[in-house]
Amino acid sequence: MQRIPELFARMTGDEKHEWAAASTIDVLWVLYDKVLNVTPDTADDPDRDRFLLSKGHGPMAYYAVLAEKGFIEESTLDNWTSWDSPLGQHPDRVLVNGVEISSGSLGHGLPIAVGTAIGQRISGSRGRTFVLVGDGELDEGSNHEAIAVASRLGVANLTAVVVDNRSAMYGWPGGIARRFAVEGWQTAEVDGRDHEALLAALTAPHDRPYAVVAEVEKSC
Amino acid sequence: MTTMRQAFVRTVNDGIATDQRIAVVTAVISSNEFPQENERVVDVGIREQTMVGVASGLALAGLRPVVHSYAPFLVERPYEQIKLDIGHQDVGAVFVSIGASYDDPVWGRTHQSPGDVALFDTLPGWTVHVPGHPDEVTPLLEQALKDDDRVYMRLSLHENTQAHPVGRGFTTLRHGKRGVVLAVGPMLDRVLKAVESENADVTVLYAATVRPFDSDGLRKAVRDTDHVDVMVVEPYLEGTSSHLVSETLQHIPHRLRSIGVKRHAELRNYGTAEDHDAAHDLDVVGLGSAVRSFFRG
Repeated sequence: MQRIPELFARMTGDEKHEWAAASTIDVLWVLYDKVLNVTPDTADDPDRDRFLLSKGHGPMAYYAVLAEKGFIEESTLDNWTSWDSPLGQHPDRVLVNGVEISSGSLGHGLPIAVGTAIGQRISGSRGRTFVLVGDGELDEGSNHEAIAVASRLGVANLTAVVVDNRSAMYGWPGGIARRFAVEGWQTAEVDGRDHEALLAALTAPHDRPYAVVAEVEKSC
Repeated sequence: MTTMRQAFVRTVNDGIATDQRIAVVTAVISSNEFPQENERVVDVGIREQTMVGVASGLALAGLRPVVHSYAPFLVERPYEQIKLDIGHQDVGAVFVSIGASYDDPVWGRTHQSPGDVALFDTLPGWTVHVPGHPDEVTPLLEQALKDDDRVYMRLSLHENTQAHPVGRGFTTLRHGKRGVVLAVGPMLDRVLKAVESENADVTVLYAATVRPFDSDGLRKAVRDTDHVDVMVVEPYLEGTSSHLVSETLQHIPHRLRSIGVKRHAELRNYGTAEDHDAAHDLDVVGLGSAVRSFFRG
């Protein structure tokens, strides 16, 4: 984790999304450092855990973690967003090793994650699916289709991590966790900057789809 | 008599039984046609965006998803999911629609989808089948289930009296010297009747697959005529394939007449499909008039 700021600094020009990248950094680090069963060597293994960054905005944190964990060369960070770079403001799974989905348009990752989790179950894979969404992104109606259907279909190998920096236009009365719980998800709420709390939440057993709401400071 | 939809259901159910890769994703419509107890059959409720998203996830996990609904809800409503969750993720899937442009016009504009093929035409890498007979559905679909690419199959209640060979480009059904008529899918019988009624000396090509477009087949047909006059008759939005005809014949001075569902009006009439055919000049009378005026002289 200590090298993340250094890796972060190699990417410049993302003033618009810098805050968003920062909001996800702790969740991403804990996932890749302690939780996900995936390495550069197992990036195509059917039994790997899959991490889907639905909120493709602000991918600097994602790229920094992927570089630190060896999925991509650190040197690729230097010319990110250039014509020849595989690293853009929104990640592309075809261009970047370890990236499970191309994202950027909001509201796509959670429905896809329901599908990958079902696919893992069908194929008898030990792998799990984790998907990161933003609280603002939850405004997209497609997420609510997926939230509703995931528990109906019993997708127990799915974890949605909601990074809540209170950027949703009208907020979520009663809290985000309640929105998931009412549809039958197991839920947890945790300080999105507290690595021990994140680890405990992200490794908690669950027998139904699971939503971890990681609260961070309000975006500015 | 078997309908295109029945042929589709039978072929997919055979695939589910024999190929562990095949999965089906529906949003209620037709879901009772597939074995819901099979874990590879997923109905997501009336949630078309998630239907496509889930299909994407299944494909990413190595399955071959068949995605099915009524055309407007399969193509128009989740268009961005088709673009991003399937195309941009670089995964394959087989999309199969029913309803076509206006198979059931008593349901009104909400259930009409003349623009579906044009929408797929904005996206790279899609094969588009428009079968004209139930017996054409099975071979096209069986091949699609075996492959890994992106396929759209447009089924209709309207069909020709007989099937023709599929999967090998345009089929020449009639030879003439005055020009070429390309009839797509269910339009064939009406095109043949119109040409016969006008005693037009034209070549008639038949296409059950429109993407990829058989440019070589069209070029060859044009070479054997005295006039480079091409009429394209499609059962969906008029002009959908015009750009490909122009591209095919770009080095040859040519005339092109594109016929299909007209673009100019928000048609609010109900009635029958035949009423709508007449309104769009897609009946034998309208097509005969078009043949007569275009191939005059």
